[in-house]
Amino acid sequence: MTEPCCIVIGASHAGAQLAVSLRQQGWEGRILVIGDEPFLPYNRPPLSKTFLSGEKHVDDLLIRPEAQYEKVGIEFLLGQRVVEIDRHNKTLTLSHGEIFNYDKLALTTGSRVRTLDIPGSDLRGVLYLRDINDVEQIRHFIGPDKKAVIVGGGYIGLETAAMLCKLGLAVTILEAGERILNRVTVPELSAFYTRVHNEEGVQIETDVDISGFGGQDRVQEVQCKDGHVYPADLVIIGIGVVPNTELAEAAGLVVENGIRVDAHCLTIDPDIVAAGDCTNHHNPFYQCDLRLESVQNAMDQAKVAAATLCNKAIQYNALPWFWSDQYDIKLQIAGISSGHEELVLRGEPESGRKFSVFYFRQDKMIAVDAINSPQEFMIGKQIISKGLKVDKIMLADSSVSIRDLLQ
Amino acid sequence: MPVVTYISHDGAINDVEVASGTSVMQGAVDNMIDGIVAECGGSCSCATCHVYIDDAWMDKIPAASEMEKDMLECVLEPESNSRLSCQISVTDELDGLVVKLPASQF
Repeated sequence: MTEPCCIVIGASHAGAQLAVSLRQQGWEGRILVIGDEPFLPYNRPPLSKTFLSGEKHVDDLLIRPEAQYEKVGIEFLLGQRVVEIDRHNKTLTLSHGEIFNYDKLALTTGSRVRTLDIPGSDLRGVLYLRDINDVEQIRHFIGPDKKAVIVGGGYIGLETAAMLCKLGLAVTILEAGERILNRVTVPELSAFYTRVHNEEGVQIETDVDISGFGGQDRVQEVQCKDGHVYPADLVIIGIGVVPNTELAEAAGLVVENGIRVDAHCLTIDPDIVAAGDCTNHHNPFYQCDLRLESVQNAMDQAKVAAATLCNKAIQYNALPWFWSDQYDIKLQIAGISSGHEELVLRGEPESGRKFSVFYFRQDKMIAVDAINSPQEFMIGKQIISKGLKVDKIMLADSSVSIRDLLQ
Repeated sequence: MPVVTYISHDGAINDVEVASGTSVMQGAVDNMIDGIVAECGGSCSCATCHVYIDDAWMDKIPAASEMEKDMLECVLEPESNSRLSCQISVTDELDGLVVKLPASQF
């Protein structure tokens, strides 16, 4: 009898962690990770920061070096795309027709950028930022005195703007909504980031309706419906991501804004787990279904999914958290603030670069946004995950140490 | 290549070679040592790579930044020898470094 084989589709953060966790949890069979990019799993967060700036190289991004995977017998098939999963025969097919048998399957297919299909969006210099190849292309268009236009004022857009500004480009952010970070946070934070970017020299325009991109062989301008034109040597579009769920859907798994998984990261098929950006799961803290785009979720779900494949019943119950680095500002977010009824400010968002926002629902803290305030983040995380009561008046008073609130 | 010794909360000892220039955190992740989670990949954002530095090595390691100190004051069970291992770069001078891993990161 041949040894059992677990195939992991997606050489992502989640895929890398899942493969390693499988070994740590005692999986003795074969582990094969299939990825459509030509690289071993790498850290994506530095792409818009130190990789874009050239400070880090591809080797620095790798989550683990090749030799370490070899040591524990994790195999990779890179630059290959899976096109079909046959759950009945327990096989999968690659784009060139090769067929693999699996005993267990893990889907860590992640997400891809939402594209903007308008006139001129295929011009050279109109780019996205999701993977190593994207950044390598962006690098061809950057240089001092160049003009960059960022389409979309979300975290990726803002981080990219901050780095391009640092590299000497003139940067303009065009946001379709009435404020940047519209979908993800409160007006106080949007106003703060608008002020900071303006102070650093980045121009931000809101309520902008883009109609197309103009240029001969490469992009030269961004055109708006109201006739306004923004000159550009480089355009980076950052308008969100969509989960890669087509394979799962075609295989008959349940897909509802992500591949539906239970608390053990199991799909409706007892031999198939899923983890990371591509999943939709129930969150016990917020009692709602979520699809999260974060490293934390990818890693934590991957560990649970690996345990499940090794017949160990662990439940996923991690508190979501996120971070964003821009200029000299570290934003750390714990929890999910949507649905909050009240917020408590600690510090001054209108001046300086250090404050935090705590979010409450029914008197319970549900989230914190901490700007250059690591203690507020760390303590907030504890308060939220343990469901502790806090005195809001003391919380708002930045002369009281945040650590005293726990005593 | 410098060797770093990672001691788990249950006493298990792992001696691993870590290249100069690599962080103490990455050395643990590369070698699949439990007890260093490193969710943020080394950007001093998560404090899940907390370690206790063996007393003999404390004065050989550059001091923590304000950001790191702030985070360390709020980790579970902080001690005077607490550090975030993503902020410590291994050098030839640190050959033989011993770090202990907190129980809370398992």
